[in-house]
Amino acid sequence: MLDLLNGFVAELRNAGLPVSLTENLDAMEAVQHIPIEDREAFKYALGATLVKNNSHWRSFETVFEVYFSLRGPEYKLKEGDETDLDEMWREMQEQMRQGDSKGQAGGSMDSLTPEEIAQMLMQALLNGDQALMRALARQAVQRFAGMEPGRPVGGTYYLYRTLRNLDLDGMLEKLMDQSRQDVGGELTPLEERLERDEYNDRIEQFKKEIESEIRRRLVADRGAEAMAKTLRKPLPEDVEFMHASRDEMQNLKKALGPLTRKLAARLARKRRHGRKGPLDFRNTVRHSLSYGGVPAEPKFKYPRPAKPELIVVADISGSVAAFARFTLMLVYAIQNQFSKVRSFVFIDGIDEVTEFFRTTEDVSEAVHRVNTEADVVWVDGHSDYGHAFEVFWERYGKDVGPKSTVLLLGDARNNYHASQAWVVKEIRQKARHVYWLNPEPKSYWNTGDSIVGEYGTHTDGVFEVRNLRQLEGFVEKLA
Amino acid sequence: MGDRFESVQQVREGLKAVNYLADEGIAGVAFLADRLGKPVLVEGPAGTGKTQLAKSIAEATGSRLIRLQCYEGLDESKALYEWNYKKQLLRIQADKNSDSWTEVHDDIFSDEFLLTRPLLEAISADDPVVLLIDEVDRVEVETEALLLEILSEYQVSIPELGTITAKQIPMVFLTSNNTRELSEALKRRCLFLHVDYPSMEREKEIVLTKVPGVTDNLADQIARIVRSIRQLDLKKAPSVSETLDWARTLVLLGIESIDAQQAKETLHILLKYQTDIAKAAKELSVDK
Repeated sequence: MLDLLNGFVAELRNAGLPVSLTENLDAMEAVQHIPIEDREAFKYALGATLVKNNSHWRSFETVFEVYFSLRGPEYKLKEGDETDLDEMWREMQEQMRQGDSKGQAGGSMDSLTPEEIAQMLMQALLNGDQALMRALARQAVQRFAGMEPGRPVGGTYYLYRTLRNLDLDGMLEKLMDQSRQDVGGELTPLEERLERDEYNDRIEQFKKEIESEIRRRLVADRGAEAMAKTLRKPLPEDVEFMHASRDEMQNLKKALGPLTRKLAARLARKRRHGRKGPLDFRNTVRHSLSYGGVPAEPKFKYPRPAKPELIVVADISGSVAAFARFTLMLVYAIQNQFSKVRSFVFIDGIDEVTEFFRTTEDVSEAVHRVNTEADVVWVDGHSDYGHAFEVFWERYGKDVGPKSTVLLLGDARNNYHASQAWVVKEIRQKARHVYWLNPEPKSYWNTGDSIVGEYGTHTDGVFEVRNLRQLEGFVEKLA
Repeated sequence: MGDRFESVQQVREGLKAVNYLADEGIAGVAFLADRLGKPVLVEGPAGTGKTQLAKSIAEATGSRLIRLQCYEGLDESKALYEWNYKKQLLRIQADKNSDSWTEVHDDIFSDEFLLTRPLLEAISADDPVVLLIDEVDRVEVETEALLLEILSEYQVSIPELGTITAKQIPMVFLTSNNTRELSEALKRRCLFLHVDYPSMEREKEIVLTKVPGVTDNLADQIARIVRSIRQLDLKKAPSVSETLDWARTLVLLGIESIDAQQAKETLHILLKYQTDIAKAAKELSVDK
């Protein structure tokens, strides 16, 4: 048991979760009070002692599943589960046979046609039958994934193959039709929507079953250690903007919400707790009354530092679009920490988008409008920092004042156009600060057509901002 | 250490008896907290029943609930203890002539002149207590350190009196809305429990137990609509308490099954931002 847990903790640390020694000890103590056969309780016991941050829970679950799924018979957490499922599967099949009265009694496991499987799956989803769904997931993986032992392919490949064969999108429509029939007529839009959400939820669940089934098989094939390595995913705050997959983007978006809340609270607190200012005479006299007129407790005025005015100039061409989007979202989510925020986006032409954010409270909608409506293409739609900066200076240069902080976002890959770095130099002379945020790793800077160094010399600093953690750090410094 | 509960199952039943529906995670962690004698740090979105959990545990175990509400500027004298200096002054003036200095000195720093605040009270209580430290993320990082001694050793050190150790280990719950990262030192001493919005089935159960007069059908509809709304990208997703308010409203209005129109008219109970309401209303009525 001891070794098992130690291995697990080591695996968690490999996945990037911080687990301290005391937490490890707590976990050891905790599992003594929990019967190991109760897999759910066991998982929660480990989770409560080892994971102290909710955004790490997903990683924890993955590691847990892989690590404890196949550990030899003595550690098998779900005794008897397998046979139950197989049994049930056989029963279901019999029923199907009888119902269809095809007369092929005693058919083997695999004799069902894909249509029949689809039929059964639909039944399972319609009734929300968990056990049947799990059995079907097993069956579907066995049949459609085409897994071969020792083949060095990732789980996503098998997942894709299985799902392609099951056609779950079509399934949703069929389910909707079915429930329309059941009601006998049209559903009201509300009912329609609720039914759809319900089925979507069940289908998601089914997909998860398939995923874990594939994982289980892969572990059986390659061993837990090897699998854990391939499944290791970076934590949301460490995902790089430039290479995030669609799923990771979703997670990033989710992580952005709590992060901005935290950041806003922290900045507000920082602002309030400045150094003490001059004596507040009125307040002191008011408090002296409780000491019989003796000013025993002097009160001070707290200085309120001026909020900076922020001008964001962002490159939104393909390669760095995601980064610009996140920065804009973050900046606008905490905009009450700044006296004013203006934003400009460019590719080779530049356009002001402040208005998009002003007219709606919904930041993601505004960002969407930025992507679709802003007029940012001048000639060919390839980044031209030089031209964009020049136009910016011409049109809006007068608005840059000693209170403004200018953020330039982009990878400075200028497609070998003229750099016009003098604009940045001019801006710096007028503005309070000029910072450049670059989403590329530092080692790529100034390679190829990147001229971040040329611009950088005229700024107050160039920062590598590849992930949420770095972005958060920078913004905190700013306000 | 503690033996308030026999098993995880018993925690669940005990909580259910006082109308708190715990899921596997909540019950498991509460059980462990009792067994290991460790505080629980409960984190999650607002209105998911974090504070209620502590209250319900207190009720289920028949303990007294001692609550410390945290806020910015909370300090020792409000969380731990304070010397009742007015009484001390009176004591000195009362017999100016008789006592020698040492006697008075020993006398005024005794239990009689100590004002206990929630943390000390929880430690020194004779009867079983549940200590709830609410919204711990509101205090400054420096103040957090105040809690460390009591959370790990269950004792309070008072320079003039010495160390007061707990007579029995209270169950301690800390809640946090996660507006800032709590310090490692604090997290390390606690079990961690994340309470999220409940699953649809559990929410339905909650509505059924908490709202008298609600029909099964209505509760089911409510839970499903709320789940759909939570999936939208909103400023503030509806919390469990708001779901309950909504359910009560619908019952009061005598609605047995909701249609889109009624849902739209009562959305303002569920959602508190105009943009959110507009968005949800649009989503619920448009046939996609």
